[in-house]
Amino acid sequence: MTQPLEVTIHFEHVHYEKNSSFILKDVTGDFYKGKITTIVGPSGAGKTTVLKMCNGLISPTSGDIIIDGKNINEFSPTSLRQYVGIALQNAPLIRGTVYDNLALPMTLQNKLLSEKKAISTLEDVSLDMNILYRDVHNLSGGQKQKVSIARTLMNQPKILLLDEITSALDPTSTNEIEQLILSINRKYNVTIIWITHNLGQAKRVGDYTWVMMGGELVESGESSLLDHSTNKRIQQFVEGKA
Amino acid sequence: MTYTSLALTLAFVLIPLILSKTLKLGLEKDTIIATVRSVIQLFFVGYVLKFVFDSESFFYIILMVLLMITVATLNARKKGKNIKGITWKIAFTLIVIEIVTQGILIGFQIIPPTAQYIIPISGMLLGNSMVLSILFLNRFTAEIEANVEIIELILSLGGTPKQAIHNQLINAIKTSVIPTIESQKTIGLVQLPGMMSGQIIGGADPVQAVQFQLLILFGLLTTATLSSILIGFLSYPTLFNERMQFITHNLSQKNND
Ligand SMILES: Nc1ncnc2c1ncn2[C@@H]1O[C@H](COP(=O)(O)OP(=O)(O)O)[C@@H](O)[C@H]1O
Ligand SMILES: [Mg+2]
Repeated sequence: MTQPLEVTIHFEHVHYEKNSSFILKDVTGDFYKGKITTIVGPSGAGKTTVLKMCNGLISPTSGDIIIDGKNINEFSPTSLRQYVGIALQNAPLIRGTVYDNLALPMTLQNKLLSEKKAISTLEDVSLDMNILYRDVHNLSGGQKQKVSIARTLMNQPKILLLDEITSALDPTSTNEIEQLILSINRKYNVTIIWITHNLGQAKRVGDYTWVMMGGELVESGESSLLDHSTNKRIQQFVEGKA
Repeated sequence: MTYTSLALTLAFVLIPLILSKTLKLGLEKDTIIATVRSVIQLFFVGYVLKFVFDSESFFYIILMVLLMITVATLNARKKGKNIKGITWKIAFTLIVIEIVTQGILIGFQIIPPTAQYIIPISGMLLGNSMVLSILFLNRFTAEIEANVEIIELILSLGGTPKQAIHNQLINAIKTSVIPTIESQKTIGLVQLPGMMSGQIIGGADPVQAVQFQLLILFGLLTTATLSSILIGFLSYPTLFNERMQFITHNLSQKNND
């Protein structure tokens, strides 16, 4: 690690309240430029909420989010969402074909996606080119996830948020997707924030890790913390899951 | 018709009462309430109309129309409680409907500008507009609830609120207008429309009655389409904030009436 670490997203005392119950409690922490940070924690810990905030789908009730030195509210919602792309949990797809889904980010800007570009994108996520005009109802879980990731990549985000993208996949597809994300990270220096419930994966792909529980950021640091944490709750969580 | 013969039509109330009693359907109370209410309400309306017709005053016509708009608005807004300012959006829609339809009818001298024409036609068109508004709000809410993930997806990719909700809006408009169009395809084949039947019984020439019925039917096409489009386009922006975020809590408080 010769290069100094550069913070690309900073959370500063972020709280989030919904229907008068706290979903995020005083979250302060960093995501580093060009690195892969994994977020782990039991379900309901607030992981998805953190990602949606980075993409601007929700705003903190109090506290600040700073992106590349600028308050998140200074970005226009549209440019923020293109700069910080998210592959949502469950990979929601619009009705229609694989092409319709890949073209969606362009369609929203009244642009056209060429068939050639669509096919090369399919290759990037190691999908067979002859599924381009297949109805998305007929895709497997792994194919849906890959289409969802490819669609997010269409906006060429500099920060990529991934919400449990391999949780429904078999080991082969999981490995393919891990390799794909690692190569995107290295090739384009894209910052990755990756929620996973697979602790092996969190250590395998992560440079850094956030451990969240009950709406709090319990600990953050290099991903090896998952093995060496002195925090009792984290030890229990790791043992329970490992 | 004499009051004696009207009294004899109560036989039609007696039959269901006796049947309900013998078969223990438990519908007696509601049947009686319905009977009493319809007698009181219709005679009340009848005397009010008689007063308005006799007065030949335009002021009373406008008052009647405003009353209809108020009642229709209060009825329809129950379905859209989760949409901010829905009362005014519905009222505005109904006012536009009234102005557009009467503007065409009176402007082109299709009907004379008298209470006898304006009030019943307004009643039918505004009533339909109210039903359509309720239908639309039900469908729109259901469409949105079933597609929250897709709406968020489009926003997350940099889409605008309008782009995010476009399909749900269009689907809700379409599905609420379709029954009006469909019912007109078979009209007259199975049952005669109520207004036409009334006119014929009242002694009007059947062809004349058909002409007025067609006027109403064509008017209904306009009110159906216009109501759901107006309510739809006035409502959807309230589901998002200025950061282009989808305000889901507006929907999570389900209304049960
Ligand atoms: N739209 C919402 N309305 C109410 N509660 C919500 C909403 N979204 C999430 N929550 C609650 O917030 C908490 C954190 O949710 P989430 O961020 O999705 O957790 P995770 O991704 O770690 O499983 C959960 O308890 C969840 O029930
Ligand atoms: Mg989640």
